[in-house]
Formats: sequence, C-alpha cells, structure tokens
Amino acid sequence: MGRLMQKKYESGAATAYITRNRAINYLQISLPDFRRLCILKGVYPREPKNKKKANKGSTAPRTFYLMKDIQYLSHEPIINKFREFKVFVRKLKKAFAKAEHGRAQTLQENKPVYKLDHIIKERYPTFVDALRDLDDCLCLVFLFATFPQTKNIPGDFVQRCRHLSVEFMNFIVAARALRKVFLSIKGIYYQVEMQGQVVTWLVPYSFGFNAKACADVDFRVMAHFVEFYITMLGFVNFKLYTSLGLHYPPKLTFEAKLKDDDEKNAYCLESEATGERLAALSASLASVVTQSTEEDEVELDEFEDSRTQEAKQEEEKEKAFQKLFNGLKVFVSREVPREPVVFAVRSFGGEASWDRSVAMGAAFDESDETITHQIVDRPKPDRQYLSRYYIQPQWLFDCVNAKMLLPVEDYFPGVVLPPHLSPFVEYKEGDYVPPEKEALSRRQQGLDTGDAVAKEAEDSEEEDENEEEEGQEEEDEEIDDEDQEEEEVEDEDDDDEDDDEEEDEDEEEEEVQKVEKKTPLKRKQDDDVSDTPPSSIKVKEGKLDYEDASSKANREEWEARKLAIMMIPKKRKRLFEKLSKRERRKKHEAKKLTAKREEFEKSQKTMKKKQRLSNN
Amino acid sequence: MASKRKVGEAKLEKEELDLFVDAPPDDDDDDDGDTSDSEESVYSGLEEEPSSSEEEEENSSDNEDHGTDDTTDTPGPTTDNTAGSAGTSSTERLDNRPQPDEYEFDSSDEEDIRNTVGNIPMEWYNDYPHIGYNLDGKKIMKPAKGDELDEFLNKMDNPDYWRTVKDKTTGEDVKLTDEELDIIQQIQRGKYPDKAYNPYEPYIDFFTHEKMIHPVNNHPRSKRSFIPSLVEKEKVSKLVHAIKMGWIKPRKARDDEPKYYDIWENDNQYTPDKRYQTHIPAPKLKLPGHEESYNPPPEYLPSEEEILAWTQADPEDRRQAFLSKKYDALRKVPAYAGFVKERFERCLDLYLCPRQRKMRANVTAEDLIPKLPKPRDLQPFPTTLSVVYEGHTDVVRCISVEPTGQWLVSGSDDETLRFWEVATGRCRKVLQLGGRVRSVAWCPNSAVCLVAAVVDSTVIIINPSLGDKLVYHSTDNLLNTYEAPESQETKLPVEWAAAEGKEHDMGIRLRISHPKTIRQVTWHGKGDYFAIVMPDGGRMSVLIHQLTKRRSQNPFRKSKGLVQCVLFHPIRPFLFVATQRYVRVYNLLKQELTKKLMANCKWVSSMAVHPGGDNLIIGSYDSRLSWFDMDLSTKPYQTLRHQKRALRQVCYHKKYPLFASASDDGTVVICHGMVYSDLLQNPLLVPVKILRGHKVTQNLGAMDCEFHPTQPWIFSCGADTTVRLYT
Repeated sequence: MGRLMQKKYESGAATAYITRNRAINYLQISLPDFRRLCILKGVYPREPKNKKKANKGSTAPRTFYLMKDIQYLSHEPIINKFREFKVFVRKLKKAFAKAEHGRAQTLQENKPVYKLDHIIKERYPTFVDALRDLDDCLCLVFLFATFPQTKNIPGDFVQRCRHLSVEFMNFIVAARALRKVFLSIKGIYYQVEMQGQVVTWLVPYSFGFNAKACADVDFRVMAHFVEFYITMLGFVNFKLYTSLGLHYPPKLTFEAKLKDDDEKNAYCLESEATGERLAALSASLASVVTQSTEEDEVELDEFEDSRTQEAKQEEEKEKAFQKLFNGLKVFVSREVPREPVVFAVRSFGGEASWDRSVAMGAAFDESDETITHQIVDRPKPDRQYLSRYYIQPQWLFDCVNAKMLLPVEDYFPGVVLPPHLSPFVEYKEGDYVPPEKEALSRRQQGLDTGDAVAKEAEDSEEEDENEEEEGQEEEDEEIDDEDQEEEEVEDEDDDDEDDDEEEDEDEEEEEVQKVEKKTPLKRKQDDDVSDTPPSSIKVKEGKLDYEDASSKANREEWEARKLAIMMIPKKRKRLFEKLSKRERRKKHEAKKLTAKREEFEKSQKTMKKKQRLSNN
Repeated sequence: MASKRKVGEAKLEKEELDLFVDAPPDDDDDDDGDTSDSEESVYSGLEEEPSSSEEEEENSSDNEDHGTDDTTDTPGPTTDNTAGSAGTSSTERLDNRPQPDEYEFDSSDEEDIRNTVGNIPMEWYNDYPHIGYNLDGKKIMKPAKGDELDEFLNKMDNPDYWRTVKDKTTGEDVKLTDEELDIIQQIQRGKYPDKAYNPYEPYIDFFTHEKMIHPVNNHPRSKRSFIPSLVEKEKVSKLVHAIKMGWIKPRKARDDEPKYYDIWENDNQYTPDKRYQTHIPAPKLKLPGHEESYNPPPEYLPSEEEILAWTQADPEDRRQAFLSKKYDALRKVPAYAGFVKERFERCLDLYLCPRQRKMRANVTAEDLIPKLPKPRDLQPFPTTLSVVYEGHTDVVRCISVEPTGQWLVSGSDDETLRFWEVATGRCRKVLQLGGRVRSVAWCPNSAVCLVAAVVDSTVIIINPSLGDKLVYHSTDNLLNTYEAPESQETKLPVEWAAAEGKEHDMGIRLRISHPKTIRQVTWHGKGDYFAIVMPDGGRMSVLIHQLTKRRSQNPFRKSKGLVQCVLFHPIRPFLFVATQRYVRVYNLLKQELTKKLMANCKWVSSMAVHPGGDNLIIGSYDSRLSWFDMDLSTKPYQTLRHQKRALRQVCYHKKYPLFASASDDGTVVICHGMVYSDLLQNPLLVPVKILRGHKVTQNLGAMDCEFHPTQPWIFSCGADTTVRLYT
C-alpha cells in the first residue's frame, strides 16, 4: 500500500477560483443583484493562470472570480438590503394589486435604502487611491449631468451629477489644478493634477440627448456605476474642499452673493440661484479661513545642489503656468461653448464674462473697454472694439497646452486655424513628430520668436523657385523613386498581419537584392561560371568590377545580424518576432505620415503658385 | 334654476366634509379597506344622482337657450360653453334650416338606411346588376351608368362635376353642398370640421371652487348621514389605541440628501492588507493622440481609400473606432454619436472583463538577439561560389569526394555517375549504370581507389582509374587476389559477382546484388568494410560487407524500426543506426547496444559524426538539426532550425570546426561548431554563412553536401542538376 492518493481539484487553483454561477449559488442572490453588488463593491473576474486547473479539468469557457472576493462579498450588509428590497417590491405589488393605496404609500415611504459610505472606505482606504480611480468616475458623472430624466435614469441622479460636477470644476478653478485641455471630435478632455495624481476625463460637447445612438445601451448598469460614483465624488469633493480650506457644500464669497441678489429675481427661481451662480464658475468661493493661503507655504531650505535648483526652477515654472491668464479679461460670445472656455480661463487666473441673457453670473458687459480678448466663433464679428483682440476659442486651449501665451494672429476670426495638437502624446525616438509640434517646442525653449516657421516657409519657397529652373528633372526622378518605395511598403503592410514570416523573408530578400545590386561582382562571376556551355570550353575575358568597401561591410553586418537572429532560442523567438513587427509597423506609420505631410505641403505650394500666377 | 342646484350640492359637500372632520382622519391608517369602501359607496351614491340630473338639465337648458334668448342673467353663457361644445354649435347651425322631424323613422346610427347590406366592401356587388336589398328584401338595382364617353362629356359639361361623388351604397351620384365641401376642406387642413367652432374660448368652470349658498340638488338628506358610523368608530378607536401604545409612530420626514464628511480622516494610519495588495486596478483608457483632434494636422486625415476601407471593415477589425475629420471652427463640431456607447462599454469592461497581472517585457527586439562572435572572426569557412559542375540532366542525389580531395563523384537520377576534377570543374568520366544512383561513397582509404555506388538493389564497386596510376593499378590487383573460399555458407541472400568484359572496361569491378532496394552505402574508416541500408529488408535492413573477403554479415537479429541511415564511428568499433526517431549506438566488438539517443524530431533524414567521435549531428525532415554531445546526454545539446524546409544532409568537416546542412529550400547553412578538449566547456555553435545557390525544382533544393577533406570548401548538389563548390 502506498500513501493515500491526494484527490484532484481539492486545493490550489481549483479552490482559489469560483465560477460565476457557483458564486451566485454561494451568495444566494439573483444574477442582477450579483452584478450590482460586483459593481458597487468593485469585484471583477480574474483570469486564472491555468484555466483548466481552475475549471477542474474542463476546458469550457467560464469567468472566474476569486473565492476570497466572493467570501468578502458574502459579509456585505448591502446583500441584506437587497433582500429587503425584494420583499418590499413584493409587498408593494400586492398592495397595488389589492388597490390598497394607503398601504402602498406607507410602504413606499419606508422603502429600504442603503448607504455606500463604508464601501467607499473599503475600496479606497486612502484618499490617493480614490484620486487614482477618479478618471472613470468623472467621465460618467459629467456625462450623466447632461442626460434628461428617463425611466432608467432617475431624475435626482442627473441633478446630483450636475451639482457634483459643478462643485468639482469650482474646486479645480480654486486650486488652479488644470493642466491640459484637448478638443477632440468626441468631446473635451481635461487633465488636472491633484496631490500628485494626474486625472483625465472627457466631457461631451453639449448637445441634446440622442436616444437613437444609445439604443443598445443598458442604462441600468450605468446607473449602478453612477450611484457609486456619486457617493465617491461627494466624498472626494468634501476632502478636496476641506484640504483647500473652503466651505463644503461650496459657498460664494460675500461680494458674489451681493451680485447674486441683484440678478436673482430676473432669471431664475430663488432656490436655484446659488446653484446657477456656482455653475457659472465666475464667482470665487468662500473659504473657512479668511487669510490668503498663498503666503504660508513652507519654504524649502536652500541647498547648493543642482537638483534642488532644478526643482525650484520647475516650481517657479509651474507657478507661472498657473497664472497664465492673469490679467486677461475675456468676453465669451454667445456662439462659443461657455463652460469649457470659462473653466479654462478661470483656472489660469483670468476673468471671464458673457452676455447677461445667456446665463447668470456675468461679471461685465460686452461694452466694457477693459476687455482684452473676446472669444468669437463666427466668420466676422458684427461690431468690433479696437481695444481688444477677437480670437477663436482654440487659442485659449492651445495656450494652455503650450504653457505660454501664443501669438493671437493665427487665431483671428475667419483665419484658417493652425492644427490643434493633442497634449497627451509623448514622443519617443523614431516617432513621427508633426512639424507644428517641433516649431512649438522650439518656441517654448525660446529659440525662436515664432516668425521662424513663416520665414522658413518663405525661404523654402524662394529656394524652390531658384531650383526649379536648374534641376526640375532631378526632382522628378527623386519623386519617382520615393513613390516606388512607398508602394512597396504599402504592399508589405497589407499582408502585414497575416504572414509576418513571409514578409520578413521578402524583406530580407529585397534587402539582399538591393545589396547585391550595389555589389555585382560576385554575381557576375557566378553567372559566368554557370553560363559557360559545357560543350565548348573556353575562357571569356572577365570584367573587372570593383567592390565598394562600405557596402561590403554593410552586407557583412547585415548577414551577421540575420545569422544571429537564427540563433534566438525558440522560447524568445515569438517575442522577438512580435517586437520586431511592432517596430516595423511603427516605422512604417511614421514614414507614411511624413510622406502624407510632404504631399500636402507640395499641393499647398502648387496652389499658392497658381494663385500667384492668376493674380499676376 | 341650475345655479340653485349647484349651490345646493356644494353645501351638501361641505356638510359631508364636516362629517369627515368629526370622524378621525383615516389617511394614516394602514388597513382601512372596509371603511373606505363603505364611505366611497355612500359618497358615490350621492354623486351619481346629481350627475344624471345634470345631464338632463343641460339638455333642457340648451333647449331653453335656443328657445328664449337670455332669460337667465349669469349662468346662461356658462352652460352654453360647457355642455359639449360641438353639439351646441351643430344645433346652432341647424337653426337656420327647416328642421326635419328626427323621429319620423327609427334610425340607430345613420339617418337613412335604404340598403340593408351593411358595412361591407361594396366591390362584392361589382358583378351584379343590383347593389343590395332594400328594407322589404327587394333588390336595389344599380342606376343606369353611362360609358366612359358619357363620363367624359359629363366631366366637360357639368360645372359641378368636381363636387359630385358616388354614393357607394346606392350607386347614385351625389352633389356635395357648400357646407359639406367646407367640412371636407377644414378636415383636409387639419382643422375642426366646423368653421364656426372656436377651440380657444375662455374656459369657465361649471363647478366653481367658490361655494354657493344654494345646493345643486334638492334631495332631502338621508337619516344615515346624521348618524356617526359604528364601523368607523371601531376603526378609529383601534388607531387611537395603537397610537397610545406607541405602535404607530408619527412619520419622520425622510432625508434623502447624502451626507458627506471626511471619510479619509486618518488614512495615513492605514496599513495595506492582503486584499489591497492583490487588487488589480483597471487599466486607464488610452489618452487621445493627434488623430482625435477636431482640427488635426493634415497628415492625420485619412485618404479616400482609407475612409472606404474603414467604412467597409467590420467595427471589430478597425484599428480606430472613429474617422479623423477636420472642422475649421469649433462651432461646427457635431456630437459624437458613439459617446454613450463607449462609456457603457467601459463600464462593462470594468465589471465584466477578467483581469490578470501581466509582466510586460521591457526589451527591444535588438536586445533579444544573442551576442555571438562575428563570423569574420571564425574564418575560414566557405563563402563564395567558385565552381559549378554541370553535366547531369536530372536531380543530383549524392556526391562524394576522394580522400585526397582531387576528385569528386556525383550520382544522379539520370542514371549516370560522373567523375569530376575538383579544381577545374571538368567531367573526366561518365558511367551509365542503368538505374538511379541513390548513394555513392568514395573509399576513405587513400591506398585504394574505389567508389561504392548504389543502383536500386545493387551495390557497385567501381575503380574509376583516376589519379595516381600506381594506386588504381594496385587496387585492381587487390581485388584480383581474392580467392573464393571452399566452404561458402551464405545464409544471406546477397550475391557477389565480379564484373567482366565491357563493364570491367568501364571500371566496374564488383556487383553485390541484394533482395531489396538500398538506400545508403557507407564505408568504414579503414576502407575494407562498408555498410548498406535496406529500409525494407526487415531484419536484414543493415548489412556489413567486407571487400577483401567478399563476405557479408548481418549484425542484427531483429529490426528495431525503419532504419534511415547508418554510420561507422571514425575511431572506435561503433556503429550508429538511425531509425525514424532514435539513434542507436552499437558496439560491434561486444555486440551490444551502448547508447540510445533521442533525436527529438519526427523523422531523421541524415546524420554525421564529429571526427573526434564524441559529437553527432542529426538532420531531420522536420527541418531540425540536433547536436548531440554523447558524453553529456542522450538528448540533443542544441537543436537548430536554420532552414525552413526538410534537411537532406548534414556533414562535418574533417579538419576545421565546421558543419553544414543542406535543405530542400535550396540553402546550405555553414555553422561553426567548435568542440573543446576541455570537458567542462560546451561546444560553441555559431551559424556563419548561408549559401544560396541551388534553385528549388519540384520542391527539392540541395540534396547532398560534403566538405573538402583538407580545404575549408564545401560541395553541394541539388535538384537543379548542378554540383557546386563554395570556397
């Protein structure tokens, strides 16, 4: 007798994981309740390392949860609330069916509710954890704030989302925490920095609710998320406000309130006035401590260290950046989306106002002579004041992303705008960098004053004109070559994913051919040998062909590399192929973009030339 | 009169209300089913009566109104407006015309029913002369109807043609009156049929909220209304008791406003637990690039083909979920249709998508390439094609080099054996053997000049008479000295026959015929013994022949699988026998199995042994080359997959640390294979050169390769009918 056989699947992965159905059985709740619980508690399926072991030998596709997670869920008091709610619904139905309306009313008044506070604390034990997870929260809250009230979207959700989002934006304005803004075709991306955490979120452009576009969206699921996020953002806002010494719920400063009272009667209900005023973002918030907080910052001890020096410089830069729009008085025309513009201006210390009939909280009128900039988004403003710049809204956001005030000339109304670049792209070596970005970084470093781009363009034009007469043919040839290459590349790209190996080989061969073209010596000899007919043996006079030393070295290098690649062990071969494929694709994409750009510039040039000719 | 009644009703209501005030309010009561029922019934009873009377009243008041104008002062217009406005207006209109007696004949829905067929599709009567039946059951005949011409003439002549319609039930033409036309036009415009009707007349409450002094009706009040309800009293006393006992509590106002407080007050005291550490945070969404901008640089805009490809592709196959587009002003940017969908999908990902922590390799492709010594430092090895030996007309299957390296023999499918001078590439001799030459091997003993060639099931020993005269003469002499022994006990079906006559002149000296086709012949290092492989031979699949004694022997009693090739150990009395998956090493002296090597491949094609004797390479049809260090293990020390297709031959160089493999993809790969005398150091294998010379024909590339015995040169032959020398 040997030792007792250990039974299979009684330890390890088989017990550490649990399938969804078994989890539901374990918790004794329905599937929708389980889903809701998972959403609220932040429990998600895990991918076991060995699926077969976790699945007790079966290979059927299943989702697995950690057994520990499920056990943790089973202690959740909310489960009981779910059960109570189920009973409540049953009672209510009964009451309605029996037409006992009084009873139904009392039942509804005693409807079981649950709080999510403890879950917030469990899921985010520290404040930084909550900030780290704020991206999705903000996206969804800002989206829900734009929704109408429907069957699946409770009205108070929308209200609360709106309140919370306004509170959050007010905090950002007060803390000057905005870092980047990006106008994309989806909406507007904002990036803020709070307590060292970078948070990015996306706000849709304000348009009506399109029910058709979200036909296959389950709003109940989203409502569960929003339910959690509302609680979370509420606590986060509280913490943020208190950390700055501001009142929460936010209060306006006294002066703002006074102004408020003037307007109140004119535009909205008294109960909504403060909310509206807050949403206008133009008023500053009342703080608990009356002193200004800017003074009492901790002064760093000075060390004669390059590092601290650098840090200091960085800090100064940061401070300057936060005061980017200081002294700017911006008037927003009614066709411009007010909220993002005001948010951006106020976050960097500017003042903003709008027409009184658009919304509450306008600080000054259009006729104010001290206005420095007026944001317009129409081809030609009706009435122009000479004392201010009329510019398109992109200027503000480009300034924020460039961390400096850009020249306004490019952004005048009716002018073709310079491209709006994403501030989130990080350039690595070998990546394609748009020429605008290069110009901008040069400008940021202070190397050129901004005219360089234009100058360059002019210069190149002049050069071109000179060149045209001299070497038109040359150019054409070059272009042809390039075109051919492009085609090759494109061909490669088409079957890029299907047969990478083949492509690889093709490339190799191509390269070999190229190299061989350059060094035809060996080939010639070979041909000579093979060409000699066996019957008539005679010696032809050979041609001397000189080998290029550099190309030979190149070839050798290339061969050595190929041979070394052959020696990559099988374990790493796949990874190598994947990586090299990725690199190749990247290179190809960069090449494509540069080619496109060149083509575009060429077409622009010809257009200009034509125009000039027609003018003459 | 009407107003009086109304007032009365109001008063009654008031009294009723008083009555409720007297009784305790039962709103809060949970189970008040019975009482409320009874109450309702009482109340409804009261209500019904006046309502019915009211209706009558309205009618009468209407009549009154039209009969006598404004006898009553205030309620007159009131009643006029409230009582079914459409009705009043119609009566008004009727006033102008002589009124027919409505009750002349009995009609339920329509005034005049002459046709009794009912509401049926009238086309059922299309084929009949009649159009229905009258009240007496007689057929109603269709009126005479003119033909098309009449119709046309009618159309032309009759000024009222446009307003005549056909009555379906009678088949007669009816001329629409002006009033009827008006109604039709009103309906067509989507207005009220009656022009005179004003839908926006000021609304006047019939039952005003003001309490009138007079009741609406004049019923005497029932006795019951004066007596307090007993059931109610019981109910109320129960409630009072419940309140006294504290069973019913006053309702608290619910506060749904969320309360926020500093939940992270002492979060710096938090020590992460295990759950926190195993948590895998959801990956953040990718940040947008330039292509997502509303005004991207021109190079990020897709060309027309790209747009077409994008729209035609499956949404899952698209690399980008959206198409980049340029808007020249911010106000022109439309709403993004997929916004909510994307958010929703993100939500689904957050709670439905399995998460796993994955280590991302932070390496570039360049880092993965092993650092090997440069081929230039490992010279000499063959690099360039020097000589092409042409003359064969079919696939060249095998080659062999003379031990001194001056001559080369090649056997081909064109049934010839060709002898070449290595240095010049001249073909010195061609032998027609009458069968495909499968294998050829030059005797390694340089004192004799012999070649063994395999044609079908025969091994032919040939003296090519090349090179040193003395040597090939002495070879002939050696073969001639053989004398057949007296008692020849041949158990094996092998026949040795000396060639004579013409064959002898050609150079053939011996023919050894076997029962089955032979695959390979290989010499022992001394040059006296040679082994053959007959894969179909069963237990005789390997035979060893001795040349001087013209004797054959079968070393194995039973076959151990399909033998692919055999090889003599260069120094020791060992024989390597390769079957499909294993290589067995036999000690010929002790007649035992010394080692069994796992080839780690599907089908062995060839093998070669290192001149030192301790290392072995095996080529296989699944394009692998395995290097065995026989002192180390029975498993391959290293497996190389340099070529894409089946390996046909592998070989070692006798002097230089080189080995090569010839493959069906037409390449010959030369590798540097340094074996160190230090046992602790593993052999160093570095590929140094890929020789691409042979063209692939009929899926065959390089068939055989062999190194020059003294120089770092390699010969290879292939399916393109050539033999090549690389130096």
